[in-house]
Amino acid sequence: MYVAVKGGERAINNAHKLLAEQRRGDKDIAEIETDQIEQQLSLSVTRVMAEGSLYDRDLAALAIKQGRGDLIEAIFLMRAYRTTLPRFAFSKPIKTAEMDVSRRISATFKDLPGGQILGPTFDYTHRLLDFTLMANGEAPTEAPSGEQPVDENMPRVLDDILNYEGLIQDEPVPVDENAPVADLTREPVKFPAGRDLRLQNLSRGDEGFVLALGYSTQRGYANSHAFVGEIRYGTVSVEIEPEELGFAIDIGDIELTECETVNKFKGSKTKLPQFTRGYGLVFGQNERKAISMALVDRAMRANEMGEQIMGPAQDSQFVMEHSDNVQSTGFVEHIKLPHYVDFQGELELVRRMRAEVEERLAKSEAENGTSQPEAAE
Amino acid sequence: MTAHPAPNARTDQNRNADTPTDPQIAARQKWMSVLARTSRARLEAQWSENHSSENWTHLREPQIGMVMVRARAGGTGQRFNLGEMTVTRCAVTLSDGTVGHSYVKGRDRIQAQYAALFDAVMLRDGSASDFIETLATEQAAAKRDHARKVAATKVDFFTLVRGDD
Repeated sequence: MYVAVKGGERAINNAHKLLAEQRRGDKDIAEIETDQIEQQLSLSVTRVMAEGSLYDRDLAALAIKQGRGDLIEAIFLMRAYRTTLPRFAFSKPIKTAEMDVSRRISATFKDLPGGQILGPTFDYTHRLLDFTLMANGEAPTEAPSGEQPVDENMPRVLDDILNYEGLIQDEPVPVDENAPVADLTREPVKFPAGRDLRLQNLSRGDEGFVLALGYSTQRGYANSHAFVGEIRYGTVSVEIEPEELGFAIDIGDIELTECETVNKFKGSKTKLPQFTRGYGLVFGQNERKAISMALVDRAMRANEMGEQIMGPAQDSQFVMEHSDNVQSTGFVEHIKLPHYVDFQGELELVRRMRAEVEERLAKSEAENGTSQPEAAE
Repeated sequence: MTAHPAPNARTDQNRNADTPTDPQIAARQKWMSVLARTSRARLEAQWSENHSSENWTHLREPQIGMVMVRARAGGTGQRFNLGEMTVTRCAVTLSDGTVGHSYVKGRDRIQAQYAALFDAVMLRDGSASDFIETLATEQAAAKRDHARKVAATKVDFFTLVRGDD
């Protein structure tokens, strides 16, 4: 633990002024505006919204600017701001089946109703630096349009195609649809955690952490071989039912990325073999996170599937207690804050122990002419 | 604020098919959804041009808060809390007592205020119908333009047969 320190106000103020100056950088270079960040660094914005667990593009852009591009710092700022706002309502469950897709692909079926829609993707780019972006900022050409818009109700690969033949398990729905939904922002997390809590935790979890765990499941630290059944990215409308109105209203659109994985099948003497599912859903456009989340969600269903726990990704408690980067960074980084009193205490203790041992050694040497230190206490 | 019973008791159980609502409510849902997607500047300009003589008061000052967005595991299964979004709400009363409401995504108090004002005007006499219609058409066109650009990225993958032909 660290204890409060007094003084140092002037140094702290000056440090913050230096920070502000460095954030601004060379004054001969134009200052970056938050709307430029919002528009042109949109994937940073979506990551900050997802892990900050607050969908607000402008705030995320501001947080990125204030945090000098340090996304975890920006996420921390979002989380702190979030605590100042009242919660008006819970939305009705969003309908990802009705998403206005900007991208929709399946790695399991080549030809599928609605088609493979690449959308704005880095896939199939050559990952060569494009120096025109640096040199003269050449304006991009207008993207071409198809004759017809994409289908409004794109069929879902898992539900409408695979499940049509009963080849994949249904998503279980609790008997009581109005049963409370766990919320880790309001109640302490208890283990074993239900899937609702696990999905909430993963969706706001650190992208790097969830990615690494997802990767571990592919490398054999869980046995749940996955295919990407479907990824879709686009917008869905959010509906709430305010009590003063008594009917549902649409309050606007949010961007989401959804990933459904098709995992190794399971059957028994009485049940026909069926594929199993993993689910990933995150704010904004972030496929890496959505796929990783689906892999880890599936791995964490080990108990439910009667699988042997053989890797960290299957250990829900381990995953959930370490996925949050604000918590992690808080604890890891706090050890740099003044621990002078603690450390003084430790110093005193070590000095005293050394003195005691030396005293004993000297004493026994004087008595027996030998040195036999006792086992350390 | 009193809680009115829902005209149609609707629960999450109507998962993929919304219960039909009465036409008045359906019309109001439509214009509220259009207003929630319209910028403050657009609403403000329209109001000052055509409705600036209205007398009105705040029933509830614009207030910024959050909505917890809920989703379903696998898109159809168990509900879970995905994360929050910022929302601004407002309620206004026109001089004849008509009350308008708004809940709009984001933190723009002025947008929420004008959305509530247009809701009230629409409830009273529908005098912003043309404006709403224009907005709805524009929003649909923007959506279609985007969906056409997306459609241009539709691919056909060929699986290549290797070895013998």
